[in-house]
Amino acid sequence: MPATVTAEQVETVVYDALVELGPTRDQLTRDATFESLDVDSLDLAELSQVVEEHFGVRLKGDDVAKIKTVGDALDLIIARAA
Amino acid sequence: MTRRVVITGVGAVTPLGVGARTLHQRWTAGACGIDDGEGACTDFDPTTVMSAKEARRSDRFTQLAVAACDEALGDAGWDSELPYAPERVGCVLGTGIGGIGTLEANHVTLLEQGPERVSPLAVPLMMSNAGAAALSMRHGLRGQVYGIVSACAAGAHAIGAAARMVTAGDADAVVTGGSEAALTPLARAAFASLDATSTSGISRPFDKRRDGFVMGEGAAVLVLEDAEKAAARGATVLGEVLGYGATSDAYHLTAPDPEGTGAAAAIRLALEDAGLEPGDIDYVNAHGTSTPLNDRSETAALKAALGARAHEIPVSSTKSAIGHLLGAAGAVEAAATVLALRDRVAPPTLGYGEPDEGLDLDYVPNAARPLTPRNGRPPVALSNSFGFGGHNAVLCLGGAS
Repeated sequence: MPATVTAEQVETVVYDALVELGPTRDQLTRDATFESLDVDSLDLAELSQVVEEHFGVRLKGDDVAKIKTVGDALDLIIARAA
Repeated sequence: MTRRVVITGVGAVTPLGVGARTLHQRWTAGACGIDDGEGACTDFDPTTVMSAKEARRSDRFTQLAVAACDEALGDAGWDSELPYAPERVGCVLGTGIGGIGTLEANHVTLLEQGPERVSPLAVPLMMSNAGAAALSMRHGLRGQVYGIVSACAAGAHAIGAAARMVTAGDADAVVTGGSEAALTPLARAAFASLDATSTSGISRPFDKRRDGFVMGEGAAVLVLEDAEKAAARGATVLGEVLGYGATSDAYHLTAPDPEGTGAAAAIRLALEDAGLEPGDIDYVNAHGTSTPLNDRSETAALKAALGARAHEIPVSSTKSAIGHLLGAAGAVEAAATVLALRDRVAPPTLGYGEPDEGLDLDYVPNAARPLTPRNGRPPVALSNSFGFGGHNAVLCLGGAS
């Protein structure tokens, strides 16, 4: 795990993981909702594993219920990793 | 059966290629899909029937079922919308092992990377009802939906249970069949250590040299409909489920009863259910695994149940052409039987060369033969399936008129 985590690093990891889960790269914006991207709770569970592997940050069930957009997820991960 | 159950669509993915008619035509022509001792569906590409995301969300056994189901529903004329209320359409899908490939991959992850890395998709992919659930979601089937698990009898049990669902009036139609994708290191090793699989890699049912079954993978799906409702919507009928019989040996965990007593009882029940006599049977699609024990006990069972008539009926094994598809076998063989009856042909037992003592039925060696229906009506067949655990399931199938 890097000593400091930058927003760019989080964005790169999250976007790469999301593309693996279905959405295309051009669909990924901060404002895009997971619902519009057809990213559901199972996808978020997979995303959460990737995030934990890279940044040591664990997204719990409550967190997943709160995050509605890609930006929500990025902000939460960056805040936790700081 | 008070309500009659007709078959209006079939689909399959097998080692002979994608498509139920591909299986029927190639097997009838004498083609064998076994390569290097296994029957793999090498022509199958899941992304031709589903998105990359859907493919990630399904084990290979589900992917095979989805492809077979798409074909069967298209065949039945269901591709645009369901002809019945969704709650009146069920789905029953058999499998022997379910998502064993998913299980094995996640176990490697568990050992190498720890429990935190095991995929959240592991359970929904490996569960043995995943195939039935996937077909239900894909096509909006909202009636009774479940998986059936009875080892190598699962495909036939599924079709039998589906037919019963229609005759009981619980559904107007049921999408049914079986699927298996167990060409994995653990499954291979496990069957080999049981001495169940062939060391020669050759599937030659009923031949003296047979030395075990050849593992295969694949799926078949059939669309069953209440005959009156199918007629009312003008459906093309491919065949009919005339009867179903199922018993258990209560004898041994893996070996069949050598006398074939339980299997014979299942054959008799299927005939009785259809209201038919041994003399009415025109063809038998045997379980015919190419194991020393099965082929001997199955021959004994056919003789016990059908008497002298057993020697007059062509008996052949689909497994000679594609290997043993385990929980998919009964469904794939039912689909092949329905198309054989429709085309009035008895497909061959391939690789047959040396008769074995006591195995003296007409096994249709190596070349298909025209099937001449008796009594001026469409031909009738039995399709046998037997599974580890002593499960016996027999379908009595009628051809299209």
